[in-house]
Amino acid sequence: MTLDTQFTDQKFKLVGSRPDRPDGVDKVTGRARYGADASAPGQLVGAILRSPHAHAKIKKIDTSKAEKLKGVKAVITSADLPDLTNGNRGNYDILENCMARGRALYDGHAVAAVAAIDAETARRALSLISVDYKVLPHVTDVDAAMRSNAPIVQPHVRTAGGEPSDKPTNIAQISTFGHGDVEAGFAKADKIVEKSYKTEQTHQGYIEPHACLATVGPDGQGELWVTTQGHYTFRNLCASLLGMDIAKLKVTSSEIGGGFGGKTHVWMEPLALALSRKANRPVKLVMSREDVFRASGPTSSTSMDIKIGCTNDGRITAATATLRYQDGAFPGIWGMLGAMTAFACYDLENVQSVGYDVLVNRPKVAAYRAPSAPMAAFGVESTIDLLAAELNMDAVEFRLLNAAKEGTKASYGPTYGPIGIGPTLEAVKNHPHMHAPLGKNQGRGMACGFWFNFGGQTCTDLNIGVDGTVNMTVGTVDVGGARASLSLIAAEELGIPYEHVKCNIGDTASLGHNDTTEGSRGTFSSGMATIFAARNAIEELKSRAAKTWDIDPEEVDWVDGEAVAKGVEHSNLGPLSLAQIAKASPNTGGPIAGHSETVADGAGVSFASHICDVEVDPETGSTRVVRYTVVQDAGKAIHPDYVEGQFQGGAAQGIGWALNEEYIYGEDGRLQNPGFLDYRIPVCSDLPFIDTEILEIPNPNHPYGIRGVGETSIVPPLAAIANAVSNAAGVRMDHIPMSPPRIRKAIKAEAAMHQEVSAG
Amino acid sequence: MAGVHVSTTVNGDDVEFVCPGSESLLDVLRNRLGLTGAKEGCGTGDCGACSVTVDGQLVCACLMLGAEVEGRQVQTVEGMAQGDQLHPLQRQFIENAALQCGICTPGFLMAAKALLDRNPDPTETEIRYALAGNLCRCTGYDKIVRAVSATAKELSQEATTKGSKKR
Repeated sequence: MTLDTQFTDQKFKLVGSRPDRPDGVDKVTGRARYGADASAPGQLVGAILRSPHAHAKIKKIDTSKAEKLKGVKAVITSADLPDLTNGNRGNYDILENCMARGRALYDGHAVAAVAAIDAETARRALSLISVDYKVLPHVTDVDAAMRSNAPIVQPHVRTAGGEPSDKPTNIAQISTFGHGDVEAGFAKADKIVEKSYKTEQTHQGYIEPHACLATVGPDGQGELWVTTQGHYTFRNLCASLLGMDIAKLKVTSSEIGGGFGGKTHVWMEPLALALSRKANRPVKLVMSREDVFRASGPTSSTSMDIKIGCTNDGRITAATATLRYQDGAFPGIWGMLGAMTAFACYDLENVQSVGYDVLVNRPKVAAYRAPSAPMAAFGVESTIDLLAAELNMDAVEFRLLNAAKEGTKASYGPTYGPIGIGPTLEAVKNHPHMHAPLGKNQGRGMACGFWFNFGGQTCTDLNIGVDGTVNMTVGTVDVGGARASLSLIAAEELGIPYEHVKCNIGDTASLGHNDTTEGSRGTFSSGMATIFAARNAIEELKSRAAKTWDIDPEEVDWVDGEAVAKGVEHSNLGPLSLAQIAKASPNTGGPIAGHSETVADGAGVSFASHICDVEVDPETGSTRVVRYTVVQDAGKAIHPDYVEGQFQGGAAQGIGWALNEEYIYGEDGRLQNPGFLDYRIPVCSDLPFIDTEILEIPNPNHPYGIRGVGETSIVPPLAAIANAVSNAAGVRMDHIPMSPPRIRKAIKAEAAMHQEVSAG
Repeated sequence: MAGVHVSTTVNGDDVEFVCPGSESLLDVLRNRLGLTGAKEGCGTGDCGACSVTVDGQLVCACLMLGAEVEGRQVQTVEGMAQGDQLHPLQRQFIENAALQCGICTPGFLMAAKALLDRNPDPTETEIRYALAGNLCRCTGYDKIVRAVSATAKELSQEATTKGSKKR
């Protein structure tokens, strides 16, 4: 059966090799076109006016002066975006986040937008718009927002999953997962460690700001060129918010300059379309870096309590987590995901995790690479290390003893199939890194991480040219080498050289719906659809060969890129290559193509274990990562270079998060560091080489065994580095990022405590 | 508004343009000359995605005014390949998978070329510090450093071969 998703352990000729990526030349010559690189004749420049207040009632917006400025072609406010959401609260929240409707909910919330003939005129127009605000009390801290006297961010919100109440609250949702009896489990424990942790808000930090070029005519037809992880989702949302027909809005995904989850949501794209519609001219709208920090979708800041108990021989008897995640100004699922992932690495009899989704006056939180998992892992994996120390047991051995395995009922519900947590821990245990000597002021830490991985709706076309080369169109975007991986898969299936495949990212007019490229689904889902489309084309190729030979299609096999007639009675028929069949196609039935429309189910869960050595300067509290190793299960690495790249990139983002990156809000509720100078992501001289080890434990639900690889690598670093810093500095760090002032303060506090103890 | 008339050389070609005095070199390159290889990642000189050279000096094009390049030599990523021959750095970046999304790549290539032009045999540390003004969020820099290192090795071997041929 061609559409069987079962893993078949097929022997590969091309998959697993490392050819040059097909879009390489475009990307090293400056030719590749990203979001801000497109232009249209007559295009206007868009600009957005943003709230300087964390929380304010918008009493009046006067745009008359701006409208009169020469060169201004359109000015819009929420009045130009009528509510067409029909009671769909999720869509209403998106509309309100794109432009404030009566209340500004965070510093940076859009309140008006203009389109003008050039950037200078657009800027001047913004300065002529006058907004009459009544400033309201605000809250930006997650714990403060949960207090009963906190300013209310969204008056309509009541707690989903909580006690029924009429009282407005900032707790949008409570999500509980787990099984067993945790009280009974703790009663059986010989040792219990309970500790609270905090993490600060970070941003994905993609280098390319959000950018788009929108064109809408009075005929209701439109086009949107945009940097996005999901052009089909953008199309559906934008069309629905603006009252357009989905079929009449064509969305093209540009090359994407990094997303990491932050480009799964619309931010200013509906505004660009609305401006274009009003001006009847193309409008280019590009966010500044400051806008990106203030008004796109960073990750949650969190506060959490973790409690784990075990017997003296190292078996965990019970574990609980209370996880408070802020969602920004609109309800999300981030606390829920934290609660689902917290204990996913372990085989636990009694476990409970409770996630709180909490509203604050900060920008709406979006996904950031394995969203919510790194923070929960920081709390859990730090506590695991503390418990191992209490037991005087090796931290890797302790984890191995309690690791989930095939048949384990996961804390979030399902029962695992074959999984990689045990093998990654074994690999860590045996890795030379674990046994290398450490220098002065250095410490080593390790930690584990989990991510679900997603599949979803996927559509792929594969067209065979008359010269035997293959043009393939996929609907997931290429965030970091996907064209290379998918071309390898197509070539493998068809039995042709890698160089004979050209992989394109299709626009929304070229293919059926594809879900957003998120959840590490690109290579998993489009890989599956590519296999099916190729097998679909092979059926057609076989039928053409049969026609040529005048035999039954059932009597034709496909072997190494050639049609072969089966049986001794056809031994006189030489094989027909793909190129030969393609060349004859005009006379055997016309073009040859393969298609696949599928819902790619069965994404395989993914686990990683990381090892990290750091050196902490006890004088300054400054920390340097001196060695880092990532071990992760890829299921099957299609193009190992880009799998390693995902491992390394996730680790580097995790290092930045652990040591340095954080949103800093002032008392006034305004973001104080919206730029790369003060929100400092790791630079080249901050990092060592990041070693990788790819494990391949096949996903039983994918023909090639593929699991997603993109996200899990950011889950362990916060905890691995915290464990390493704690071992190096001799103090347990419980607040991320572990910036120099925080480490110095912790070292001093520890020293003061020792002094007190010895003096006493 | 009165513009400034500027005559300059970009990638070896004579170029003239008129721009407002306040317009950055980056906006001139991208919006007036159609050279969109240099990218705006921050607009404040923190990310290096707009790296170009002016008279051989590596600069952030977002921090220079278009009017400042009067009579000078500007080099951008578009001028790096010679005809159909990629610069060895460009080829090594592809071969070493030193790019994922690719938005920072033009800036890294310009910065790496500026490094190798003045230091043909850099150590790993020298490479890391020379590239510290360029942000990459995808790769963790691992494969970028390897690509630059491999290029330095390739260029020095080429130089040795040429040298021995001369002898």
